[in-house]
Amino acid sequence: MYRQASWNEPLLIEKSEAGKVGHLPVRASDQERKVVGNISSVIPDILRRHGAPPLPELSEPEVVRHFTRLSQENFSPDLGIYPLGSCTMKYNPKSSELAVQTHKLEKIHPEQDESTVQGILALMHDLERMLAEITGMSRITLQPAAGAHGEYLGCLIIRAYHRSRGELDQRTEMIVPDSAHGTNPASAAMAGFKVVVVPSNSDGIVDLGELQKVVGVHTAGLMITNPNTLGIFEKQIVEIAEIVHRAGGLLYYDGANFNPLLGKVRPGDMGFDILHLNLHKTFATPHGGGGPGAGPVGVTKSLERFLPVPLIEFDGKTYHYNYNVPESVGKIRAFLGNIGILVRAYAYILNLGADGLKMVAETAVLNTNYVLSKVLASGLYQLPFTRERKHEFVLSAKGLSTLTGVRAMDLAKRMLDLGVHAPTTYFPQIVDEALMVEVPETESLQDLDQLADALIAVFKEAKTDPEAVKSAPHSTSVSRIDDVKASHPRTLTLHWNRPSSIKETENPRKPMTLVNY
Amino acid sequence: MSLKQGLSVIEGLEVRPLMASDGHPFIPNASGEVRQKILGSLGIDSVEQLYSDIPKGVRLNRPLKLAGFYPEQEVRSRIEQLLQQNKSAAEYTTLLGAGIYNHYIPAAVKTIMARTEFQTSYTPYQAEISQGLLQALFEFESMIRDLTAVDAVNSSLYDGSTALGEAARMAVRVTGKYKILVPRDLHPDKLSVLRNYTEPVGIKIETYGYDDQTGHLNIDDLKLKLSVETAAVLCEVPSFFGILDPNATDVPSLCHEKGALSIIGFDPISLGGLKAPGDYGADIVVAEGQSISSEMNFGGPGLGIIGCRGDDLLRQMPGRLIGMTTTTDGKDRAFSMVLQTREQHIRREKATSNICTNEALLGIGAAAYLALLGPRGLSQLFETIMIRTNYAIRRLEDLPSTLIPRFTGAHYQEFVMTFQDSRKSVEKVNRDFLSAGIHCGKSLVKDFPELGQSALVCVTEMNSAEALDKFAVTAEKILGA
Repeated sequence: MYRQASWNEPLLIEKSEAGKVGHLPVRASDQERKVVGNISSVIPDILRRHGAPPLPELSEPEVVRHFTRLSQENFSPDLGIYPLGSCTMKYNPKSSELAVQTHKLEKIHPEQDESTVQGILALMHDLERMLAEITGMSRITLQPAAGAHGEYLGCLIIRAYHRSRGELDQRTEMIVPDSAHGTNPASAAMAGFKVVVVPSNSDGIVDLGELQKVVGVHTAGLMITNPNTLGIFEKQIVEIAEIVHRAGGLLYYDGANFNPLLGKVRPGDMGFDILHLNLHKTFATPHGGGGPGAGPVGVTKSLERFLPVPLIEFDGKTYHYNYNVPESVGKIRAFLGNIGILVRAYAYILNLGADGLKMVAETAVLNTNYVLSKVLASGLYQLPFTRERKHEFVLSAKGLSTLTGVRAMDLAKRMLDLGVHAPTTYFPQIVDEALMVEVPETESLQDLDQLADALIAVFKEAKTDPEAVKSAPHSTSVSRIDDVKASHPRTLTLHWNRPSSIKETENPRKPMTLVNY
Repeated sequence: MSLKQGLSVIEGLEVRPLMASDGHPFIPNASGEVRQKILGSLGIDSVEQLYSDIPKGVRLNRPLKLAGFYPEQEVRSRIEQLLQQNKSAAEYTTLLGAGIYNHYIPAAVKTIMARTEFQTSYTPYQAEISQGLLQALFEFESMIRDLTAVDAVNSSLYDGSTALGEAARMAVRVTGKYKILVPRDLHPDKLSVLRNYTEPVGIKIETYGYDDQTGHLNIDDLKLKLSVETAAVLCEVPSFFGILDPNATDVPSLCHEKGALSIIGFDPISLGGLKAPGDYGADIVVAEGQSISSEMNFGGPGLGIIGCRGDDLLRQMPGRLIGMTTTTDGKDRAFSMVLQTREQHIRREKATSNICTNEALLGIGAAAYLALLGPRGLSQLFETIMIRTNYAIRRLEDLPSTLIPRFTGAHYQEFVMTFQDSRKSVEKVNRDFLSAGIHCGKSLVKDFPELGQSALVCVTEMNSAEALDKFAVTAEKILGA
């Protein structure tokens, strides 16, 4: 039986005692002090902090124990299966971690002379070419820090493209399917586009008739993930590309679900113009508890001219930066990208190669289908739409919920007690009481059985003992958390010393309305 | 396929690729009996049957042209060989800063960040099983909030430049105005990112100048440009040129008079000795937090820090916010993500931002860093950097045909040096420094032509007096010649 550590670990501030210190930085020598004189006379008085900065005071062992205990209160893919749908929580190879632990990477500065960073530039150039081959795109920028960051860059490139054709004022609409990741509409809206949602048909894929109705002279592009968030391959992708292109729009590939297609199908060959990849998903770099990730963006030949600067070029002898890209959108972040993540992904690709990457895709699909079949054989959950799934599937607990009041979230919480992470819940929004399960290729048969058994067991328990499920989890470091209290204006607490309660709006449940740009 | 034939550039590396039938260390069900068992249970002969719905026309009918499927040992040695060509700050003296800084990262910070429970997990959607991450991020937010004296800090954005972009958008949403004023002396990357975060929604960016003598902000120019149409004014302390400008503390009140908000860009370590921006009226604070969490790493990852005052801005905050609450039975303290209705996974196109994955691990690193240094360590580090920066200035100020520092204002961590000898270009001088084993300052020639042949030099606690003396001697040789 799984039991998570529960330390009741106090806050750092509660362990603080005056006079303790956990790290002493170097001090300037007497000689330096003599030359400089009194520095407090140098600092403008009005900018000087009076008194010490308000931070806790702890020794090094206390700090290390604090965070080590906290780490034990955190489930991770190194502990067990983590089937969070659309997040591709695969195992992160340890050799990639060691590969980045060198002063030759950690202690190089992005403004160094090109001649002193030839190694990392070669690696980045190599990685770009590898990712271009894997995706079928012409060129890749490694700059974006995450998938959504890549999406935003993609939207900027779509703008630049339409502007170059004198059509930006007219091309104001970005189409997204109703099954899209939340980041797609959010990225499009951030880039000033009006979001137009196209519904899925009864097979769980884009309804072509509906798409025909919404495309037109205002269409800037369509953002889509394939396989979609239901895990279903959009088999009409060629027709979709044709419809969007005929209308003058561009087709954007959200690479969050690329894992099952590695070496099998390439977005470039499906007709996509722009894509992003999530290296922290498909290419096994660690998710960092929510980052850093990396979201390289690939484009077709005709869109290369809009990529961020600098491009990294190779003249046959040396690598250099190319800032001479007149139509470039500029920069999407400072410097060149999340380099440590890029190096890990590079190691991963070398580890796998062409055969290995294909094996990744196929095994992820095989594993997912194994779990799905086993769960469906239990006859408990509903699987809306068709049976054919790739790397993930979305179950519905609607029937159970109507019958017993036990909701998808309750099932998810109860799964935690069984030593597996829960699936993604309530997403995509087109499935009621959704449980979105993704099973990466890094899981063993025992892991698959544990996950399938857990899904089945919590459902059965919900029917016989609904209270046990509704009150779950019981084996985690804390029991069910009061989320309503956590976000309620009167009890919101964003700081360890002071409650932060905020003004209550007339109706706290009323959604925040935003200024229309 | 050998590495020579593949996409690699290193010659002469003898490698034997693995065979598909070997299986793969990362893929338990890649081959053998277990694979047959899974296929059998699905009633299929080949995994191809699970791909039968994909149109033939788009299928890839050849292997990817990739080097790879190499044993771990070969991969490690290849990457080592590639990176070997870099010249690091451990080999050369580095005087480069401008947004990414060479600081000492305590061993305990690295150890904590390497805990794979933190490193390999993801966003704590299931709070009960992710309390460790949530508490650590809550503590990060609390400490940054105390250092900056604002009301709320989120759990990170991508980097300092995107934090500025998001800050500008927050200010526009709250004020309903569409103009942002930024200093002329802003890192060119930040300016480009800011434009990309604002231009698509019609926000105008305008710059205000700096004083040619002191390097302080040109308060007359700012007053001239600040109007009732201004959503916010950015002011950085220290400035891009490393100046500690006393006028910065007047900027928030100037903004408020016109109904605008003030965004203060800060350097986290400098708050060991400098006043908290919230204490002189900052509405939004932004920073690059790389220096308190990780090594330079060729410029990434960074740690975007953003904080704000007041409910209106809080409701417009992008990204994850962690709050303290209790379990439903009220017995235990607990942590969870709060105000999620601001975020893309709930609000989609109406969200405050599209950000999902951020830089959480660096937030944990920063929490560990600040907890380790504490008040004493952070003040001491500020003092060391202040002394060493000014020590370098003293050692260089008498060099002939140079203006060091270019500006007369007080300096922290960075200063501009200007070469007045027409035979000395930054490009040539930097090349000479490089031959002497010194990564000298960032050239300002392209982005700040008004400063002539100038470079931005950075000094941190990593630059000892001996190294700075050597720098001064080398500079004398190069510039005196």
